[in-house]
Amino acid sequence: MVGSIAAIGMGLAVIGAGIGVGTIGGKAMDAIARQPEAVGDIRANMILTAALVEGAALIGLLLAFLSNGI
Amino acid sequence: MCYLGDGFKNKHFEIRNRKSEIHLSQRLIVFKSSSTLLHHHLLNKFIIYCKTLPQNPLKITTFASIFRSVIKYPSQMIRKTLIFSLLFSFLGLTLVGQGEIHVDTAHAVMPANSAPGTEAHADHTTGTDAHSDGEHKFNPSATAFHHISDQNVYNIGPFNIPLPCLLYTRGKGGFLQSWDIFSSSKFAFDAVGHGDGHKAYNRYVLHEGQVMRIQDASFPEGEIELSGFSHKMIPDAKGKNVDAAFANYNGNAYQLDKKSTADGGLFGGGVTSFFDFSLGKNAISMLLVCLLLGWMFIRIARAYKNNPGQAPKGIQNLIEPIVIFLRDEVAKPFIGAKWEKFFPFLMSLFFFILGLNLFGQIPFFGGSNVTGNLSVTMVLALVAFILTVINGNKHYWEHIVWMPGVPAWVKIILTPVEILGVFIKPLTLMLRLFANITAGHMTLVVFVSLIFIFGKSGQSVGGSLGASIGSGLLSIFMMAIELLVAFVQAYVFTLLTASYLGAATEEHHTKGEHH
Repeated sequence: MVGSIAAIGMGLAVIGAGIGVGTIGGKAMDAIARQPEAVGDIRANMILTAALVEGAALIGLLLAFLSNGI
Repeated sequence: MCYLGDGFKNKHFEIRNRKSEIHLSQRLIVFKSSSTLLHHHLLNKFIIYCKTLPQNPLKITTFASIFRSVIKYPSQMIRKTLIFSLLFSFLGLTLVGQGEIHVDTAHAVMPANSAPGTEAHADHTTGTDAHSDGEHKFNPSATAFHHISDQNVYNIGPFNIPLPCLLYTRGKGGFLQSWDIFSSSKFAFDAVGHGDGHKAYNRYVLHEGQVMRIQDASFPEGEIELSGFSHKMIPDAKGKNVDAAFANYNGNAYQLDKKSTADGGLFGGGVTSFFDFSLGKNAISMLLVCLLLGWMFIRIARAYKNNPGQAPKGIQNLIEPIVIFLRDEVAKPFIGAKWEKFFPFLMSLFFFILGLNLFGQIPFFGGSNVTGNLSVTMVLALVAFILTVINGNKHYWEHIVWMPGVPAWVKIILTPVEILGVFIKPLTLMLRLFANITAGHMTLVVFVSLIFIFGKSGQSVGGSLGASIGSGLLSIFMMAIELLVAFVQAYVFTLLTASYLGAATEEHHTKGEHH
């Protein structure tokens, strides 16, 4: 039973990260459409921010393993 | 194109000259010229292939044009995809074969486990029934954890190569503290197999590629022939059921201790009866990558020294853009005036992480999960943390402990948060790299595990065949993503370290600009 609750928690963490990465990607597309000449800078910052958000989800994954007690 | 054409004409002459030399019956020259011919043939083919691509050479580099050419010339792609699918289904079959071997060995050790045990082992017999039911069930998470962990053998494909062992045991269980230094070939494991040793040495055994220690102090020292290994769920100190490994000898099952880990029991570790300081798979991979990088950079440095001001050649072309990118996009904007002081450190960080990330991606070559090891990322983050603390100037510490221009009651709230932040920054650095790489490796193992889940551990051939094709495609997809992650994580780690260093060494701004 513990395992399944940990999995639900991980799923919630992934929802948050999904919203975050989606927003970052969408806004980056908007920005590129508005200023195509700045595509390099925007892409670099997009990847960096996405990696930061993804880190939160991965810590969620880690905590799910932790409470699962494997 | 014109330039290339000239080159080929010259090559053609060369080949004709070499051909005449063949009659001199010098074998070496025959080899040389045949390899040149093959080379020439391949290059010609490549040129023909390039001509079939869209006219504008710049367009070849975009994904859309590659996709377009795939649609335009589908027969080639379909052939290649078919070859890959066949390869992976064949791979799946061999894995299924291994799965069957696993089940068989489980049966083989059963009598040893259920044999009427003596005194302390009586409880083992009662647990055997549940154990035998559980053995057929495939446990993907345990398999994943086993495959991402460090090992005491190096495995290239199914072949195991022994590595040196350096083990230390504290004076526990009636024994004095002692060091044991030997090669893991002492465990007499199979050269092709899963890394289970047939022998115990000074109570140490090799199980699934990892050194473990027999808990029972009455077990004889020296080299002892074992009859196999078994697993059972037993309650741990907290009363939770955990998987424990047993070594079978003389009809008894002896419980095994895992090596001590410094992760504070994160993955069921903690301090046990022995410490493993061996040169394991991870350490070997790390050394290999360091040697490779050292060799590469020394060569490149020599090339720059010997022909200054000339266009880069060979591997310089690969490294130079990365170094310039790191200098212009990471070091200069994030650190500022003092970037030159920290640039070597940032470069080392980036190439070390990237090299190990990519090295772990090579299929059938150990697949070592070095940057996905908490100790490795911990040391990397610790170095970054120490550098930040040492180089932090007065301005930096002032802004953490007692920020100027902020009301006193805000300072009381903010100061603890800022002090915590000093430690949380390297902690997230450590966890981000670890979690990203580990998650990638584990996802790959779980995709391969689909074969066993659908194949019911070798009982359903149809299920495993279907799943092996599916998991092969999923694995290719995942490996492509992991290739991206390898670069992104190396970049992110370097960039964040640079930004922390930049914050620590930033000079005092003029008033009003920044607080």
